[in-house]
Amino acid sequence: MRVELVRRGERSAAMAYLSPLLALLLTLIGGALIVIVWRLSTVDLSNPASGGFFGALQQGFVDYGRFLYVFFIEPLTELWSLEELVAKATPIILVAIGLSLCYLSNTWNIGAEGQIAVGAITGSFLPIFFPDWHGPFMLPAMLILGMLGGMAYAAIPALLKIRFGTNEILTSLMLVYVAQLFLDYLARGPWRNPEGHNFPDSRAFDGGQVLPTLFDTNIRISLIFVFIAAFAAWFLMRWTKMGFQIKVLGQAPRAGAFAGFSQNRMVLMTFLISGALAGLAGICEVAGPVGQLRTSVSPGYGFTAIIVAFLGRLNPIGAIFAGFLLALSYLGGEGAQIALGMSDQTTRVFQGMLLFFVLACDSFIFYRLQIVRTPTLQTGTVTS
Amino acid sequence: MLEGILLTIITAATPLLFASIGELVTERSGVLNLGVEGMMAMGAVIGFAVAHSTGNIALGVVGAILAGMAMAALFGVVTLIFVANQVASGLALTLFGLGLSGLIGDAFVGVPGAGLARVSIPGLSELPVVGLLLRLDPLTYLAVAITTAVSWFLFRMRGGLILRAVGDSHVSAHALGYSVIRVRFMAVLFGGACSGLAGAYLSLVYTPQWTQAMTAGRGWIALALVVFGTWLPGRVAIGALLFGGVSILQLHAQALGVGVPSQFLSALPYLTTVIVLVIISRNRALVRANTPAALGQSFVPDR
Repeated sequence: MRVELVRRGERSAAMAYLSPLLALLLTLIGGALIVIVWRLSTVDLSNPASGGFFGALQQGFVDYGRFLYVFFIEPLTELWSLEELVAKATPIILVAIGLSLCYLSNTWNIGAEGQIAVGAITGSFLPIFFPDWHGPFMLPAMLILGMLGGMAYAAIPALLKIRFGTNEILTSLMLVYVAQLFLDYLARGPWRNPEGHNFPDSRAFDGGQVLPTLFDTNIRISLIFVFIAAFAAWFLMRWTKMGFQIKVLGQAPRAGAFAGFSQNRMVLMTFLISGALAGLAGICEVAGPVGQLRTSVSPGYGFTAIIVAFLGRLNPIGAIFAGFLLALSYLGGEGAQIALGMSDQTTRVFQGMLLFFVLACDSFIFYRLQIVRTPTLQTGTVTS
Repeated sequence: MLEGILLTIITAATPLLFASIGELVTERSGVLNLGVEGMMAMGAVIGFAVAHSTGNIALGVVGAILAGMAMAALFGVVTLIFVANQVASGLALTLFGLGLSGLIGDAFVGVPGAGLARVSIPGLSELPVVGLLLRLDPLTYLAVAITTAVSWFLFRMRGGLILRAVGDSHVSAHALGYSVIRVRFMAVLFGGACSGLAGAYLSLVYTPQWTQAMTAGRGWIALALVVFGTWLPGRVAIGALLFGGVSILQLHAQALGVGVPSQFLSALPYLTTVIVLVIISRNRALVRANTPAALGQSFVPDR
């Protein structure tokens, strides 16, 4: 007897909605294991005061209860942390919407973290070189420059792929390190604030150089960009020929090629769109919560957005929900660090586990588990 | 001076060789595992933790191998049994591995490591150039031995033929009666073991200590080396030496105070990777000749 995956006649609509929830549940179970093992490892079991193995085990469960509370509940209980949640979710969702389009067309931009950095750099050019310019066009110009920067940086792996057949996964990722080092150089070197007491920061942006806030909160107007981007992406996929081409080329590249759709054009388009959104996220961070150019502008939003894209079913509306969940994991990680003394890397562990379970559970959309008692004659087919 | 530089180049090349030769075997079976960086990080932290708590470096190395294999097994279950997308799963493995290694390694930050003594044969090791090759650390010899063995296995043994068949056409291999999933799982585990070794080399030999994200993109460079080496072990080894050279050159240039900002020098290995990938990819015939045809495709036996 063994368990096998059997292809469903058609994709299961129910599983498409259930699988992210199932993945979240499995992540919570996995998280429990990690917190309990972590607790056991920090306790000196030979010391009778620690209560021995079972005492530590019990403490582990208590810790996990607190962990769940600080991770998922506490950030939602106070207004300031809700505002913080929106601030963190904004860049993640912006990037994830662009990446969703990429992944739908089976193009792999995984260098969004670098495109965020470049968008932050190009967008900061104006306020750093023209600090006294505060007109109404300053901020729009910064945002456009940020988007163009991210776009141009994303164009590199896309063009290398089109022209030379270079693997875009590896080049886009290598360029992340290059962009981060370049940002580090600028913030410590030529763009550093001469009056900044040697801190590796640029001058602080002010007045018309920072994003205005909404309704007396710390939430910035970049939240509106999220909704515009989500609507535009939804419209693109639902109503335009390009959206249709993305879908066809992603699901059946050969069929798309026979229909005369250009794979190369789509690689470039999706990279440009995702790069522009990552660049926008970068400049919105700098001209928003951060307020100046620093050696690092993103705590891994570009990588988190990859998870958000998949958890959101590569759908812009899904990305909004998933983005808030993953933004919660940043706040939760900080909470776990303060309340339990766990490493700030808890966030990454949680995120990585979640992506694993999402991908595994997605199998149930196309396959179902079947228990087979007697082996039968087998023939092979391929799925990609 | 020159000998010293050569020695450091070999030391810098060894972790790259471990990781890329493991990934080469994985990819030859048709599986693209982008989780090398995560498996390396786990190998590094478990290797360091075991060596530190037992005082035995050999046990640390074994622990790193097992850690790499455990991570690879996770990837294998998700991509081979649950047929999840290999690219996304590999990324998940890297994120998870970097995070979990940070969580585990939290207790070991700043703890001095033991380091692995170099082999030394009295008399012979003092010889110029040849002597250099006789006083490397044991793990470097292991890396060379694994590379040779992999080359022999892939192109001279029946098992290697089956592995390559599975990677080139899983449908045909399946029709011939080979278990595609089993072969691929073994190849993925081998890749994990090698990545674990690469990590152990970093935390036990290269810089005998543990720091957060100490793999510094080497896992990704190892992936690029497989393309650079066009899926052939010998060329991968040459590539590892070349990249070891670039990273050492960069360190020496920084130490000498060349008038270039240090960040630009640090970016050199990554830029070199991009440029080298472009040069190799331009020659599509060269790349296609040895690329496993089924690379990255999932396989589900139809019943």
